[in-house]
Amino acid sequence: MKQTFLRRLYFAAVALFLAAPLIVVAGVSVNEKQDLAFPPKGFSLAWYAQIFADPEWRKALIASLSLAVTAAALAVAIALPLAWFLWRRIAPWANVFQILGLAPFILPPVITALGMLTFWATTGFYGQPWTAVISHAIFFVTLPLVTLSLGFASIDRSLVEAAATMGADDRTVLKTVVLPLIRPYLVSGYAFAFVLSLNEYIVAYMTIGFTLETLPIKIFNALRYGYTPTMASVSVFFVAVAALVFGLIARFGDIRRLLGAMSSES
Amino acid sequence: MKREAPKSLADYSPLFFPGLMLIVFFVIPFSTMIAVSFFQRDPSGFYTPDFVFTNYARFLSLFFGKVLGFSLVLAVMVAICCVVIAFPFTFLLTKRPRKVQTIWLVCLLSVLSLSEVIIGFAWSTLFSRTAGITNLFVAIGLMKEPVALLPSFWAVLTGMVYQALPYTILVLYPALVRLDPTLLEAARTLGASPVRAFMNVVVPALRNTIVATLIMVFVFALGSYLLPQILGRPSHWTLSVLITDQAIYQSNMPFAAAMAVFLVLMSLALVGLTLLVGRRENAL
Repeated sequence: MKQTFLRRLYFAAVALFLAAPLIVVAGVSVNEKQDLAFPPKGFSLAWYAQIFADPEWRKALIASLSLAVTAAALAVAIALPLAWFLWRRIAPWANVFQILGLAPFILPPVITALGMLTFWATTGFYGQPWTAVISHAIFFVTLPLVTLSLGFASIDRSLVEAAATMGADDRTVLKTVVLPLIRPYLVSGYAFAFVLSLNEYIVAYMTIGFTLETLPIKIFNALRYGYTPTMASVSVFFVAVAALVFGLIARFGDIRRLLGAMSSES
Repeated sequence: MKREAPKSLADYSPLFFPGLMLIVFFVIPFSTMIAVSFFQRDPSGFYTPDFVFTNYARFLSLFFGKVLGFSLVLAVMVAICCVVIAFPFTFLLTKRPRKVQTIWLVCLLSVLSLSEVIIGFAWSTLFSRTAGITNLFVAIGLMKEPVALLPSFWAVLTGMVYQALPYTILVLYPALVRLDPTLLEAARTLGASPVRAFMNVVVPALRNTIVATLIMVFVFALGSYLLPQILGRPSHWTLSVLITDQAIYQSNMPFAAAMAVFLVLMSLALVGLTLLVGRRENAL
């Protein structure tokens, strides 16, 4: 079939476009010597070991991971009560908070970054590691807020009503019915925020850039002083983490639904 | 348990923490930034409180006009390239089996979540002389010797299309996956070729979605802050790059803040336009 062939060609072209820079980076990352040759000269995984062995890269890795783990947790802690309230109560003015939760993600990131920079500079906390945690949590609160809103919308209200009729109070209903039902959405909201926080550059740079290096900041700083294959191996590491996390979400959840394949009402 | 209006103050308690966090750490920083945009620059430190319009007056310079014009043209080009590539692609993707869709979505999300630093690094390697694509062309005899393809405008454009393409596909996906399949079937039954049915039925039916997506991608592209810096020359810098540069390297926070306020207003106007377009779509 000519059409099938054309479609395959089109899909292959898009796949090649998306994969090409990553293939080159993966190739560069296994060079034996410290030069960025492609196709690679020799084969060595030493540059991957470097991420963990070199104290500077390891420090950046730990900084990035701790930032992402805590920021994503805080983002979920902000989004969960908000999404629950919006689902449980009729309070139109509370939608203001929903808009506030969506805004940082829709606006260009430089704006959130600069807002945070001026805020932390004015309050005198500029450069403290925890300021980046709060900044990232606010910046990425959109993701758990969206997945949790989808999750709450998917709950069959008659289930909750049944529990209430049987005498369960609000707290019991929340614990025994609502939370188990939205757990997949909770986990994916956390995972989205985690991966994006791990990769985030500008907000982290404008809050803690001069005191602490996260991996993206370290890569960017290294870019200015010449390329090393370690940068390539770190990049491959990032791609692998993202693919692993999203792969797990797809495996245990419904990623098509999360991305809007079904309308939230159905 | 039906949705009900909050009766007592205790019913509002779930809002306390999220509300507090969003107001203290988003509304206040945002307002601080607006305030700073009217402050006086202090070359020795950050800034001194004041109420001046000099930061906004600098918009009237030729330099700023050039940067703004270039940012807008670049973002428009990125938006058009992305939608042209992504729309037919996403349409075909929604016709594939669920499993194929899931794999593609995982890959697209992985690319979308990549740091701009990594995208910039990856493309600068691909376009470089030593490790670049031109080595491949040399190997198959298309070129005599490898050349560096950057810094250049095309490198910036390619990098930004790469960054925005997964975003475009994911924005289009919900609308296309929910498109009524009988529309297309009817056209096919009446004898239209697949391409004709796509162009004459699917595209017009989703006209507003396409316009909304163009605006969303445009705003997304306006936010790109590193790629023009890594892949282009200083003449390819955009408003976002300039804001970062003024805030961090020139330590002129008031001017950076003024430009950021300008960027917010522009983005908000465009997002508002998107919502308006979306509402019309639903009304139809």
